[in-house]
Amino acid sequence: MNIASLRHIGLSSQQYISKCYFHQTASLGEIRKMARLRVVDNSEIGKRAMAEGKPPKCIHVYNKTGVGKIGDVVLVAIKGEKKKGILVGLKQKQNPKVPKYDCNNLVLIDDNGTPLGTRIHVPIPTILRTILKEKTQNKGADYTKLLGIASRFV
Amino acid sequence: MINTTKNFVKLKTFKVFNFRNVYRSCSTEASLNNTNEEENATQEGFKKSFAEYRHIYPEFLPDPEVKLRNVIREKLERKDMIARRSQIAIPEFYVGSILSVTTSDPHSPGKSETFVGICIKREGCGLRAKFILRNVIDHEGIEVLYEMYDPTIQKIKVLRLEKRLDDELLYLRDALPEYSTFDPNMEPELLVEGAPVPVNSLKVKLKPRPWVDRWERKNLQGVQDIDLPERFWVKAAKVATPWEKYDLMKIYKKTIPAEEQRKYTMKSNHNCKS
Repeated sequence: MNIASLRHIGLSSQQYISKCYFHQTASLGEIRKMARLRVVDNSEIGKRAMAEGKPPKCIHVYNKTGVGKIGDVVLVAIKGEKKKGILVGLKQKQNPKVPKYDCNNLVLIDDNGTPLGTRIHVPIPTILRTILKEKTQNKGADYTKLLGIASRFV
Repeated sequence: MINTTKNFVKLKTFKVFNFRNVYRSCSTEASLNNTNEEENATQEGFKKSFAEYRHIYPEFLPDPEVKLRNVIREKLERKDMIARRSQIAIPEFYVGSILSVTTSDPHSPGKSETFVGICIKREGCGLRAKFILRNVIDHEGIEVLYEMYDPTIQKIKVLRLEKRLDDELLYLRDALPEYSTFDPNMEPELLVEGAPVPVNSLKVKLKPRPWVDRWERKNLQGVQDIDLPERFWVKAAKVATPWEKYDLMKIYKKTIPAEEQRKYTMKSNHNCKS
């Protein structure tokens, strides 16, 4: 919020600053570049990274806004490697009936959309069935393979 | 249209009066076409019981925000809400109650999705009434927001009817997971008819910071003593507004005054008779 808009709403900047210290809002929980994620499948690299306390870091979001939403594909830096992953659960506020999670969950995939692990150990939102189906195109990566290794849907 | 009106009238005559007991019986399948045992309840008794409904059905009261008021819209919304309630029984529940909600799921055709959890927040007036359920499944905290009058909801069931010490339980996000873990196959617990809603005085233990909010400043009743360095309490005391509970104007603006509530009562009463 800049000074002009503060004046617009009838607050002097001094008042505003003294009252809220600029840390008033809770974080939006958006997945952007540099966001830390949590691997929830049982892939070897993911398990090791989480066990060592070095969770993967998002270094690119494959959409036009740069903010990762549920079902988006991201590129992550994990244990010195670049891997792709799908966001399968977010902390951010969601639409009605879409579950909101306590962690930002990620499932690692390779370039063809095949998951690196064989099991996902947290519940997966059912809306991913639709989202991933829409994302999958002919001759492109098949993201729906991820649904096959999910253990539970919410 | 005629059908809807009929339903509307039916629901109205239907014991606006026995609502409480019907819904208290926990299942949504509580019969809507109940017998008219209390048909001849006295006018006085009716008024008295009606006063309680503002706690049971808070979304029927209009928004206290004057800017958002519109009498015609409110009337139409109330009509729609009653029409919806004649299709599916939405039981009485409070923040702290454990609910199971079954919705039809467009993402897995032909199937329905059931979520069980504790209600941590209730908000919104009229058709925009919403509530949030929270549960921990496979060691992962999950919250789902439902709109109460969403037509895809097939069934709402109260598994345990109780209140907690606070109006919002958002601090469960930062509490230890066992406080928000509930068995999805839980059996509904029945209450004695007419008994007051029990208040669960459970005090939860918070995890160490960082939190999603500054809980030490919220004056929470349902939290065990928070272990924080002195400077947090100094800050909390500095920003506290203990005089607000004496601010009558603020309370007046935040609530629907009793006279106005009575007006609604009279109106509904009139509708019932006609």
